[in-house]
Amino acid sequence: MVEAKVSARLDASSPVREADAPRDSLVARFGPDKPLRLDAGVDLAPFQIAFKTYGTLNAARSNAVLICHALTGDQHVASVHPVTGKPGWWETLVGPGRPIDTERYFVICSNVIGGCLGTTGPSSTNAQTGLPWGLEFPVITIRDMVRAQAMLLDHLGIESLFAVAGGSMGGMQVLEWAASFPQRVFAALPIACSTRHSAQNIAFHEVGRQAVMADPEWSGGRYLTEGTNPRRGLAVARMGAHITYLSDAALHRKFGRKFQDRSNPTFSFDADFEVESYLRHQGSSFVERFDANSYLYLTRAMDYFDIAADHQGVLANAFKNTPTRFCVVSFTSDWLFPTSESRAIVHALNAAGGRVSFAEIKTDKGHDAFLLDEPELFAIVRGFLDSAGKARGLVRA
Amino acid sequence: MNAVMQLQRDLAMASALRSQGTPRVDYLVVAEMVAPGARVLDVGCGDGELLRILAETRGVDGRGIEISREGVNECVAKGLAVIQGDADTDLADYPDDMFDYVILSQTLQATWQPKLVLEHMLRIGRHAIVSFPNFGHWRIRLKLLFGGQMPQTDILPDTWYDTPNIHFCTIKDFRELCRLVGADMQKAVALRASGKPLRIPAPWWFWNLFGEQAVFLLTRKP
Repeated sequence: MVEAKVSARLDASSPVREADAPRDSLVARFGPDKPLRLDAGVDLAPFQIAFKTYGTLNAARSNAVLICHALTGDQHVASVHPVTGKPGWWETLVGPGRPIDTERYFVICSNVIGGCLGTTGPSSTNAQTGLPWGLEFPVITIRDMVRAQAMLLDHLGIESLFAVAGGSMGGMQVLEWAASFPQRVFAALPIACSTRHSAQNIAFHEVGRQAVMADPEWSGGRYLTEGTNPRRGLAVARMGAHITYLSDAALHRKFGRKFQDRSNPTFSFDADFEVESYLRHQGSSFVERFDANSYLYLTRAMDYFDIAADHQGVLANAFKNTPTRFCVVSFTSDWLFPTSESRAIVHALNAAGGRVSFAEIKTDKGHDAFLLDEPELFAIVRGFLDSAGKARGLVRA
Repeated sequence: MNAVMQLQRDLAMASALRSQGTPRVDYLVVAEMVAPGARVLDVGCGDGELLRILAETRGVDGRGIEISREGVNECVAKGLAVIQGDADTDLADYPDDMFDYVILSQTLQATWQPKLVLEHMLRIGRHAIVSFPNFGHWRIRLKLLFGGQMPQTDILPDTWYDTPNIHFCTIKDFRELCRLVGADMQKAVALRASGKPLRIPAPWWFWNLFGEQAVFLLTRKP
């Protein structure tokens, strides 16, 4: 009975299907002999990683660039998304002739562990039960994501990465890469991120999780087997989170107090204002491509992130004698991961004797700026990678 | 180093300087004080010009700190390891002896706490190189004496009410500061208005009167 319900939901367009058989992606499968050792103290096996690659790996295997995606991102960094049909989320930065040049570098982007686009996560089928994991899936951390990526690189025969780049949760993975596998990272580009989630960050995430869990259709996390869908809860979570990705100035510039398709208020709770209509759209389109339980797990992973705590409370210890060259970037109007957080990374790297560049980019676009058209960001990424490429012999001096 | 190598080095330096039009006059003097292949921190590195010259002519491993966002972003886009920061606050983070040279080029007079900055430089680096405009130059003395107003010159064109320079000093003042912080003067060069070094051996009072800028190479007293 239960199984019939599950299979009924697995139609071609459902995101659930992506969890086990991702479209337009490569899949690396790890059997029971290659478990993923999790911070929670358990082994995850078997598991799989869905990923995309762009460009060509050189003979020396020295030109690989790993892109780490943000909370609701995925492996489709520079190609059309199979569910939404939209262009890759970082096509402004990654592609032929772009700052992360796929004609020069071999770019890899994998869906994180706990995600819902083909890497094992709570919506994937648990091999032991034949049912979706749901809340049986172990709680994962940023370090677990990075460990899984390291296993993927081993699988691909890539010992050392030329660069690791990412923004927001992706930037956290970049920092964790540099801290956990310094010898495997030549250059690191953590953008709009921090080394730990602040109380305010955790608080916003908790509101999002509570919104999901308050939806009766969440069904205690068993919505996939019970045939329900917590779309309202997840949409509300997304609406709240989306506000934190923008800035007051950007919202005002885009929407102000403008009415949506009307000239007067309706004296109701309709979406009178453009900004309300925009947020509702953000919420409803998000639930088409994302899994509610994945949202819980990934926000949790970010909350638990605290590199200093993993190194006797001293951030600089995480990067002691690091051979990696860093380029840290922040945005003036980002209040979710403000410049002060990036500055703390820079101070720690200086104290650790690291080689670091740090730029703050002036913009009113808030946290989301790292995904948007920011020419200064492009120039900085290009300059940093060109210089690192020369040092690694990938680019002619 | 033999004479041929020295010549090659100087030729490379001259070409690096030429390719950039007219570089700041003190850069060449600073670059001459830096040993090849050294680890260098340039505090207040501006658009990264000195770091570029040092990388090209001395093959240094260079880092920079710059306070202006525009300067930093330009440097990073050029591939230089530069961070946005403030000499007054951010030097404290660096560990002892991290660099062979810490350079403060035409920035000392713009810091809030020149003494503390110099102390940090001598702690972080095995050498400190400081260049600064000499407020004891005869032209400045004359302007103040006869004009009765804060002097403005070609290299110090700002008005007193709109200037980053809050701590001017003379060569004599700087020597006194070096004594206070326990710095050993390894080398000192005074530059004339033309930017050429005063070649003649002269007493300090002469330099203090005729040097428009000064460049000092310092080490910690053992």
